[in-house]
Amino acid sequence: MSALVYLPLLVPVLAAAAARPLAARLEPRLATWLLTATTVALAAFSTAALALMTASALARSPLLAALGDYSQPVLRRGDPVPALAGMAAALLLTAAAVAVAVVIRARARALAESYRRAASMAPDGRVVVVPGHSIEAYALPGSPGRIVVSGRLLDVLNDRGRAALLAHEHAHLAGRHHLFTTVAHLAAAANPLLLPVARAVDYTVERWADERAAAITGDRRLVASTIGQVALLSAPRPARPRATLAITGARARSVSLAWAGPVPRRVAALLAPPPRRQLTLLAIVAILILTAGASAAEAARDLHALLEFAQTAR
Amino acid sequence: MPDEEPARDAGPGTPRRPPGALEAEVMDVLRAAGAPLSPGQVRERLAARQLEELSYSTVVTIVSRLHAKGLLERERTGRAFAYRPVDDASLAASQMRQALQAGTDHGAVLSRFVSGLSGRDARLLRQLLGEDEDQPG
Repeated sequence: MSALVYLPLLVPVLAAAAARPLAARLEPRLATWLLTATTVALAAFSTAALALMTASALARSPLLAALGDYSQPVLRRGDPVPALAGMAAALLLTAAAVAVAVVIRARARALAESYRRAASMAPDGRVVVVPGHSIEAYALPGSPGRIVVSGRLLDVLNDRGRAALLAHEHAHLAGRHHLFTTVAHLAAAANPLLLPVARAVDYTVERWADERAAAITGDRRLVASTIGQVALLSAPRPARPRATLAITGARARSVSLAWAGPVPRRVAALLAPPPRRQLTLLAIVAILILTAGASAAEAARDLHALLEFAQTAR
Repeated sequence: MPDEEPARDAGPGTPRRPPGALEAEVMDVLRAAGAPLSPGQVRERLAARQLEELSYSTVVTIVSRLHAKGLLERERTGRAFAYRPVDDASLAASQMRQALQAGTDHGAVLSRFVSGLSGRDARLLRQLLGEDEDQPG
């Protein structure tokens, strides 16, 4: 088996590095589909690579060699994957299986709970208003899904702000965004190097809902300011107004978002012109995925050929 | 001989009150008050109930812990925070969110309108929106 088997294990590192810039530049709906598909494909290929390495290590064990009736020395000479790497692969494979099982369990429970609670709410109406002082707004997946909003939040928003908020949450339910994030996080459980990509999917579904809200209300700035208003309601107030902030104005471009959390990035994206399709970026991602897939397939072919050769050499 | 006493949280022989008793007492004081109280006021009322004298920092620790648990909400009054119990209805909404969010992204199926902001993000956001900083804080 050739050293190509390591490639599917390395490509996720590139994908992880590219995830955030891609999430920032691509149109959010496309970005969500692309990044989710990327996590699934790369998790599948890296798992396949681990399985191949494990198989090649197992094939060298005397017992299996006797059973399979092939020559061990030929295997040892022809396989560049050291026995130690094969064992490490077996361990990683086991860990991945356990991690995937844990995440499936957690998500299935949360989803069942969400459906149960959504079903227990009043039969008519998608929007459930809960009284109280808290600032809460979220979409609860279910059949039908619900939008839970606190009365206080509805009070502080004006009509247009409420429309933006509800359009955003409705977009989450209508687009079944929780499925994208669930699939991406499952893939990241199989290969933790993909976690930044899964987190990027968490971000792009928010952007997707933001852009839907902007399209429905016809006002990107409204959606931006509503997000900002709601976020700042529950944010810590600065102890003292800082002198440097006196020169703000709308200078979206001068603000550095390099280490910013999702909320300022969403607001900045809405204040900027709408995103466009970027074919170059798409092509780069496609090449990454194909490279990982092709090398996994090549490694599998190599192992198969080697095993056959080892049988004839016997 | 079967033990008649219900199981206690505190280990045998410890003179301390069971953990949680102080928190319950503080919650009780705040519920009885009917208005937000500062930690200093909570301390006075606890003392008035003839409980042992608690230090100011102990009271601050307890109310902060209750706040972190989502049982108290707070507002700034002058230099300190004033605390009041979260009403049952908003407790239901935030408990539901906490139950479904489970603290990690592994169990997250909810999509919140906004996630939490760090102080740095809040500053960035104000800059982005060109918000006036003159509001009373």
